[in-house]
Amino acid sequence: MSSADEVTVDTVERVSGTGIPIRGNDIDTDQVIPARFMKVVTFDGLGQFAFFDQRFDDDDEEKDHPMNEDRFRDASIMAVNANFGCGSSREHAPQALMRWGIDALIGESFAEIFAGNCLALGIPTVTADHETVTAIQDWIDTNPDGEIDIDVANEVVRYGDEEVAVTVEDAQRRALVDGVWDTTALMKSNSGAVADTANSLPYLADDD
Amino acid sequence: MSRGTLYDKVWDEHAVTELPTGQTQLFVGLHLIHEVTSPQAFGMLGERDLEVAYPELTHATVDHIVPTADQSRPFGDDAAEEMMSELERNVRDSGIVFDDPGSGNQGIVHVIGPEQGLTQPGMTVVCGDSHTSTHGAFGALAFGIGTSQIRDVLATQTIAMEKKEVRKIEVTGELGSHVGAKDVILTIIRKLGVEGGVGYVYEYGGSAIESLGMEGRMSICNMSIEGGARAGYVNPDETTYDWLRETDAFADSEGRSPSGSRAKPGGDPEEFERRKEYWESIRSDSDAEYDDVVTIDGDEIEPVVTWGTTPGQGIGISEPIPEPEDLPEDKQDTARRSQEHMRVTPGETMQGYDVDVAFLGSCTNARLPDLRDAAEVVEGREVDSSVRAMVVPGSERVKAAAEDEGLDEVFTEAGFDWRGAGCSMCLGMNEDQLEGDEACASSSNRNFVGRQGSKEGRTVLMSPVMVAAAAVTGEVTDVRELPEVAVR
Repeated sequence: MSSADEVTVDTVERVSGTGIPIRGNDIDTDQVIPARFMKVVTFDGLGQFAFFDQRFDDDDEEKDHPMNEDRFRDASIMAVNANFGCGSSREHAPQALMRWGIDALIGESFAEIFAGNCLALGIPTVTADHETVTAIQDWIDTNPDGEIDIDVANEVVRYGDEEVAVTVEDAQRRALVDGVWDTTALMKSNSGAVADTANSLPYLADDD
Repeated sequence: MSRGTLYDKVWDEHAVTELPTGQTQLFVGLHLIHEVTSPQAFGMLGERDLEVAYPELTHATVDHIVPTADQSRPFGDDAAEEMMSELERNVRDSGIVFDDPGSGNQGIVHVIGPEQGLTQPGMTVVCGDSHTSTHGAFGALAFGIGTSQIRDVLATQTIAMEKKEVRKIEVTGELGSHVGAKDVILTIIRKLGVEGGVGYVYEYGGSAIESLGMEGRMSICNMSIEGGARAGYVNPDETTYDWLRETDAFADSEGRSPSGSRAKPGGDPEEFERRKEYWESIRSDSDAEYDDVVTIDGDEIEPVVTWGTTPGQGIGISEPIPEPEDLPEDKQDTARRSQEHMRVTPGETMQGYDVDVAFLGSCTNARLPDLRDAAEVVEGREVDSSVRAMVVPGSERVKAAAEDEGLDEVFTEAGFDWRGAGCSMCLGMNEDQLEGDEACASSSNRNFVGRQGSKEGRTVLMSPVMVAAAAVTGEVTDVRELPEVAVR
């Protein structure tokens, strides 16, 4: 058995923790991690640079930003608005959030590549409508120590006395709940079918 | 769901199997890699003791961090040098073809793939860069992916993906003088929104699209991601085939190819015809079914510029900057913040907006026709004394071809800086960056805050000819209103 087959993938049925609200639509991945911090060959250490330009001024002095507030410092669930993670495909963005301490995001909507990158890290990106997300953000603001529970399997978020329905995209839910979100070993095990597909393609079939 | 579209056909041909998640395991015909998003993927392969499964279907170049002035090694920037060395080590160890600077083939990954004929109709193409959608101009299905997916592709030559819906975007009529592909795509994104394409693949068609050359089609497909669509494509036609005939893959048997030569028929005319038959077969059927159809009148499009900090915040050059309260409620907050950052006034047009920098380059607009069109505007004029202007060709080949035509002289005589190939000031990962609150007339694809290297910097997106007009006047200018100049 090769080591590829031995990679164990955790199931992610639920994520619990305190929250942090990041408000605003169309927050792009250039904001989540500015390009200059991508001049690295590993993802290690990216956590400190998450939202760097929103958090620090030119003299590296802290600006007003939720991620600079002590009360949110241990947060693991980020509540965001619409089209979060648009723009560049850089996986550095979810890697930076994960390394800062984020285990899940609740938002109105997520850009596709960003959501895919999160899934590849086992990070759920669950969605709800504007009113629901705003209510969660407001609640976090007044309850920074309050526990939020994301039930991925049943598509429910619980906080305070509230229980709200959220959406977890079908493939994402199955991947997380069944623990098949790390796809390398799974897809590697189909190598025979992959070769068959390659050989059936008109632009490759003339090979040998 | 769609039926009979190019997307459906190419998807089906590349589908290996259905995964337990319900996703499709999709075979990748061409994997392009560069220095920013691949090193971590190679690292993960190493950790799992895996090898690159199909190195002959992978092709590498360096573009994001490469200096565009002095490219001697080691690079002046230690971090850039480390990334370059890491890429060199990875491609060498894996037997992947690498177009390094000075080879004559280096350039922005989305410029070199097409120009070498690596990108062909009916292929699936992926790269760890959101602008991989560019390759859809050839009727390929091309997706930007993250680093964990690069790991998957290196290890298995496949990705896990859900099938999307297909939206047909028909641009009818005929584009006016000095109106081009960039204006079309900025108009599409403005109308459908920066998130409007989420869940969709865009099929671009209609007379205004079909009349464009391959470079214009690439500019349009390139910015599909700016509209939220992960991929966009144009059905292949005679324009596509004429262009492909001139590429390495088909021009002669001596041309370069991916290392295993699997995608390369050489200069065999029979092979070209056989491929063409396939390319024709994957075109969307005339009775194909779409999930959505949008029609845009190409006759109405004028040169477009952005006034804000998302690519969806664009207007025709003669239109007023919108009042935030006139926009849909969910766009108002972003608009206010954008206008404050850009220091623009609602009700006014963008004409006369002072510009400090003019950047002609990027995977959107750094191909030979882009440079030709801009040079035509520049010729006989001088860059305004207040403007720092640069041209960064998309590839070493584009640069050489432009120099053969004397375009470099037109630009340098006017006061432009003529530089080496790379991503440059599009995203500020090399030394080419905005400083302070400089305003930049940019042919690139994103006007996000901080995108061009300075968080106070202001980016106004526009077409290459509009960048040229801004460079010579020092302000945002309707290129159609520039007075004629006598050219030697």
